[in-house]
Amino acid sequence: MAVQDYIRQRFFPHMWCPGCGHGIVLNSLLRAVEQLELDKNDIVMTSGIGCSARISGYVDFHSLHTIHGRALAFATGVKLSKPELTLLVPMGDGDALAIGGNHFIHAARRNIDMTAIVMNNRIYGMTGGQFSPLSGCGIKATTAPYTTIDNDFNVVDLAAAAGATFVARSTVYHAKESTELLKNAIQHKGFSVVEILSQCPTHFGRKNKGGDAAAMMENYKNITAPVGSKTLEENPELLGRGIFVQKERPEYCQEYDKIIEVAMKGASK
Amino acid sequence: MENKIKFVQGNEACVEGALYAGVDFYAGYPITPSTEIAEVLSQRLPQAGGKFIQMEDEIASMCAIIGASLTGHKVMTATSGPGFSLKQEAIGYACMAEIPCVIANVQRGGPSTGNPTHVSQGDINQARWGTHGDHAIIALTASNHQDVFEMTIDAFNLAETYRTPVILLLDEAIGHMREKLEIPAAGEIELVERLRTSVPKGVDYRPYLPREDGRLPMSDFGGEHRYNVTGLYHDMWGFPSASPQVVNELLRHLVDKIDINIEKITRYKEYFLDDAEYILVSYGSSARSAIHLAKNRREKGEKIGVLELQSIWPFPHDLVREKCSRAKSVVVVEMNLGQVMAQVKASVDNPEKVFLANRIDGKLITPSDIKRLLRVIQGRGI
Repeated sequence: MAVQDYIRQRFFPHMWCPGCGHGIVLNSLLRAVEQLELDKNDIVMTSGIGCSARISGYVDFHSLHTIHGRALAFATGVKLSKPELTLLVPMGDGDALAIGGNHFIHAARRNIDMTAIVMNNRIYGMTGGQFSPLSGCGIKATTAPYTTIDNDFNVVDLAAAAGATFVARSTVYHAKESTELLKNAIQHKGFSVVEILSQCPTHFGRKNKGGDAAAMMENYKNITAPVGSKTLEENPELLGRGIFVQKERPEYCQEYDKIIEVAMKGASK
Repeated sequence: MENKIKFVQGNEACVEGALYAGVDFYAGYPITPSTEIAEVLSQRLPQAGGKFIQMEDEIASMCAIIGASLTGHKVMTATSGPGFSLKQEAIGYACMAEIPCVIANVQRGGPSTGNPTHVSQGDINQARWGTHGDHAIIALTASNHQDVFEMTIDAFNLAETYRTPVILLLDEAIGHMREKLEIPAAGEIELVERLRTSVPKGVDYRPYLPREDGRLPMSDFGGEHRYNVTGLYHDMWGFPSASPQVVNELLRHLVDKIDINIEKITRYKEYFLDDAEYILVSYGSSARSAIHLAKNRREKGEKIGVLELQSIWPFPHDLVREKCSRAKSVVVVEMNLGQVMAQVKASVDNPEKVFLANRIDGKLITPSDIKRLLRVIQGRGI
């Protein structure tokens, strides 16, 4: 199936600002779905609120555009009630880790089989440029006119510590690499997290002298290096790209099936 | 199959009703005094092949049942005061996206943490107006365990009929009291199943296009129709729209689908109303005291009747006006500062004849409490 068959073409052009990285995330994700030859009827995309969340309207899957921060909670209900479905849960950084932080760590703890994609542009774009829990210190935002003093999360460390069994990071500069990581994540049986750095030239870049979209993407090339590479080893201040965690642990829905088996035996006695 | 007789808590009667109605997905977060609903369902649901999940909070629980409802399951959650507050945003989502679901709220004292193990009926207005924006809601209540069982089934039936969240407003006294419950054999009580679309695969399915009778046929997530569900104002395909016409029509549809069916939704019981000079309007555990007093005073020749409301929202204004039209006085018996009384006053022709017999101290209102007020109203002294 061609990539455009996975989108709702009538809603294009999309509403993201010129230069936004989110369209590239969408592209990487669709390529992953295409290469895995997934059936559209088997995919449910659940999103929250924000620029990132509008992604679910553009894909021709079952799509659930929920309330701010709760995409993973809705997705948990969908997945547990119908485990044969493939759950894709793209979220913005504020969506996933501020208001949705609780759901993020608990979905990871349960190891429920879904793919969480953190589209990290370090800013609240839709509301006009307020800082997010991934902005980090020293960042200018409409709610941090004197720069932020809030520390950020390391999404990879947080996801791994909370129990996610697949954790990866990439950037929109590395779109093909993102596709490979997303394919791995979707195929992984358990809770997968893929953080993709995605530029917001409109709100983050402009205030923080990040340059235009191309410059911001170029920056992703310069501040990251592949996991296991010599470059990363020699420059620990760089951000790693690639797979950080990939391990087997009992998956939640499968474990629940065992509960049903035990309960039904007990009930028939 | 014969009827089964059990001696249960009200919370367990609620579980029995939910299982009878066919609930097969529950997500919740433990909170007193509703916890037994979760505990019993965690045992019973997997025995029937259903799913129970204890979520990280009440917000997540409400969201999870909405997700599960979309895959075609009958879903519920249960909570009490503070948890009910947390669920409100997602209840609004279910109203807007028209997702059938049942929320049991076993009321405790409030505001805030309030009085977790004591009785209250303070969430009447929150059930109606807890979430933001204009919308309709259905809220049911019950005063004994047989009715808890039946109202729970009704809650599922109404949720599936009108594609709406239905709130079951129980209270701590009902939830924790033990009483006899007779569970009818399967098939004795009619169950409403979700109306599913007959639109064939490949043909344009419009999830928010009502049929002539107003019902919206659904398609299960994971099925052949891929559509969008959102909390934004949306068109008949489920896609966001800010068109004034779309917004106006959607909001009116959300409200009208309940309002025009108020007679079908209204549930009530009446005791000695035909010639009653004094009418007690009550619900939930308060109604037990009202009924007890009315029976007792009837034996003494006093013309006292009771109108027990089993559906609080949409509020049955016409019913209350009609039933109370000939009464000298109407006394609303409830355990709050007059939440239903305000509705009764708004219903009757002479609001000055409406009085409130209440208690807000965490103790059940007793027949003597009501009797004392009645004596004053009747001019018989304290």
